[in-house]
Amino acid sequence: MGRLTFAGLETRPGQVWGGVRLVPLVREAPVEGLRMHPGALPEAERGRGDCWYVPHGLTAEWTGDGSGVPEFGTALRMRASTVRGSRRPKSGFGERRTRVRFLPRRSALEAYLPLAFQAPVVAWPEWSRRAFTRLPPQPDRAYRGSLVDGLADALRVFEIHPGQCGVLVYVADALAGVLVTPCPDDYRALHPTLIEDAYGELIWRYAMLHASVPEFAPRLDASAVASLADLRAQVDAARRGWAEFHGGTLAAGLLDSEYHFTETYAMAGFRVVRYRPAFAAGGEAHVGEAILDARDRPAFLQSFRLSETQVRRARLLEVLAAREWRLDAAADALGLGVPAFVALLRNSDLDWMLRRDVADHHLAVHRGQ
Amino acid sequence: MESVADLVAAEDVLLFVNAAVAATGQDEFHTGRARQEWSVDFLHEYMLVNYRDLYAAALALGINDRNKAQIVLRLLRTGADAAPAQRRTEGRLIRRALRDLPASRVYRLFTALQKAKVNNRRTRAVMREWLSARPDLGFEAVKYRGAFKRAAVHAHLDLDRLPGDAGEELAAFLFAPMKAGRYRTPLFETWRRAHHERAAVFALPYTVAEGFAAAHRIPRSAFLEQIAPRLTRNERLRLQRSGGAAVALDAAALGRMPLTRLAAYVLAIPEEEREARRGELTGALRAAARKAAGDRAGTWGAVAAVLDDSYSSSGSGEKRRRPLAVALAAHFLLEALAGEYRPLWLSGGEDALLAKPRGVTALGERILDALEGAPAVLVVVSDGWDNAPAGLAAEVLRVWTTRLDPGRRTAIVHLNPVFDADGIGVRRLAPSVPTAGVRDAEDLPELVAFARFGDGRAGIEELRAAVDARVERWLAEEEPWGA
Repeated sequence: MGRLTFAGLETRPGQVWGGVRLVPLVREAPVEGLRMHPGALPEAERGRGDCWYVPHGLTAEWTGDGSGVPEFGTALRMRASTVRGSRRPKSGFGERRTRVRFLPRRSALEAYLPLAFQAPVVAWPEWSRRAFTRLPPQPDRAYRGSLVDGLADALRVFEIHPGQCGVLVYVADALAGVLVTPCPDDYRALHPTLIEDAYGELIWRYAMLHASVPEFAPRLDASAVASLADLRAQVDAARRGWAEFHGGTLAAGLLDSEYHFTETYAMAGFRVVRYRPAFAAGGEAHVGEAILDARDRPAFLQSFRLSETQVRRARLLEVLAAREWRLDAAADALGLGVPAFVALLRNSDLDWMLRRDVADHHLAVHRGQ
Repeated sequence: MESVADLVAAEDVLLFVNAAVAATGQDEFHTGRARQEWSVDFLHEYMLVNYRDLYAAALALGINDRNKAQIVLRLLRTGADAAPAQRRTEGRLIRRALRDLPASRVYRLFTALQKAKVNNRRTRAVMREWLSARPDLGFEAVKYRGAFKRAAVHAHLDLDRLPGDAGEELAAFLFAPMKAGRYRTPLFETWRRAHHERAAVFALPYTVAEGFAAAHRIPRSAFLEQIAPRLTRNERLRLQRSGGAAVALDAAALGRMPLTRLAAYVLAIPEEEREARRGELTGALRAAARKAAGDRAGTWGAVAAVLDDSYSSSGSGEKRRRPLAVALAAHFLLEALAGEYRPLWLSGGEDALLAKPRGVTALGERILDALEGAPAVLVVVSDGWDNAPAGLAAEVLRVWTTRLDPGRRTAIVHLNPVFDADGIGVRRLAPSVPTAGVRDAEDLPELVAFARFGDGRAGIEELRAAVDARVERWLAEEEPWGA
């Protein structure tokens, strides 16, 4: 368990367009030795004559010694295979992987979410068959950014700060997603790809319902100003006030929760982690991936907001998995009777994983009560 | 003391004039053309119905050509609503406005009149008068053939009795061009021969020749080389990036170009080339600015300017870098006007020639920096989308004017080159600071002088007096019309 922080990043004033608020995060200096590139595929994996398109897949590249990483495709690299081994690189040179690819966020969601949800290992064939033959249930669906009303325009007219390395996307002032990159150039490259990201059903719905959000215009106290220096001090105070308000209120749902971190990959000075919150009712739930440095500061971070329905399903699956799918124990853990618990599973579209006769029996009892 | 209605009226008029200066019916960075058309149309209708005399007088107030044509169209369409005295003034204003407008605009206006089915006696008279006063009708009949024909038909023009050499053959040229055989008018004959003879193409106006060149499959480079002597000034400037050596201009010729157009051209040049041609380009911009400043050069005292080179100054696909071009032109013009000049670009850049649209609009802090030196005049050239944070500029200006400079020793003016369709007008920075729309930076001195009405303190009477004075001056320049 632990918390996410934006250590090393400063909050700058958000920019509002319609119902979308984009809050930039700025780094004093870029993170050395790590770069994220959009959609970059290793040459070797590219088949001859093949046509590749990876929408918003990211590649992280790093150097072991903390020196700068060149722009993708601009560095000379020795080819790994040479004739008769005469100029073959020393052993270990070719194998040292300094590049790792991330799945596109949309696929990542579909691939990782079941893991985070503790998808049922006991009913895996059924789960898999159902996932292949039918669309995921409505609340689980993720919406492409282009379907979120106003997001495309908001991203288009957004003015990128000098040194900006991240952004928080708010729709109707609900935090929809976060992107943090190690280097400002990476952010510039990745900014347009936010439209290809996936957003939850909740965000899609908010975007339709809320046409505008207020600007947080600063208020200066005129009575305290007697000189230009005073005015400047007031302006600085207003800026600090916004940063505090943002960290303490707007982004509180993300920063104040406790997360489970699962370490998935170790790079030289960094580690790739996936995080998921303790699924509790009534709070925001963000899941995602991050690359943290040795002092747990995020060099890269990507976040997706789950909807209430998704959280409820996740909580049920978690309880079931923890009790090894024993219905009575799981129902007990939630303080419910078994029939009520099965009814809850049915409402969350999970009852098909139970044996038909068991589910029907409990549902009949529940209806009878 | 004026009543609230007076203040509202003054505000409406200023709102319209500012919008009519800035709105060009093109896509802007934030909003598209369709929304803009809707809101500009609304403004025109509103003015026409509520303040018809001021609406007509707006023709004299330096608004842009598109909106001048719009005003003329609406005035002609609703002539019946005007009193006879009003009609007389309108007639003079329309005549004067048409004389100033570029010919292409006027022909487009005539086409619009035809499409809108406006064909009252007054309209026909206006069209006839304008057409028969043109110095070279034959040339215009060739260059604007379609529009000319539509206008001639629409105005019931007696073609045979038009003045000039072309008069006799105009009807044949317009309505049965290839049946009349040889023409006696040289340009008509060239046009006829250009259908089958390559050499004749190069004696035609550039825009007409372009079509024939395509039909004859003349390579672009060869075409430009031979048509070069016939290019107009603006056509030549437009072709600088794509035309090659044949149409290239030297520094002195560049310096004679209009300032804002020249700035737009400079911004279209890649950065390395700008760096390499620094001396030439800076010289040309300075020369154009000196010409625009005229005898006002060096008379403004200490001037500070906050110039917007944020990302939104990149404009749209239709208006590439237009707001930045206006800022760059204003920079050089203010440099020429000021005794002591201090430019502050939003990006913090010092090198105006290498300006590029990037970064945020942190107007508040830059205005604060500019006020540091207590200049006599502070000019802010920006689209007004203050966003780092939003509204800080307004607060800084409010506190400045209420607490630090209640006597208004520093005159602050905001010039906005962008029409905001959603706000139906140009975006303001603060209520206490006048905002004026700007299309070409050359108009900056007049706009700054006129902007004093924009701080919400002048009533309609004062404004009306100023407008009337200007209309009188403008109409006094009227020359007696030929024939």
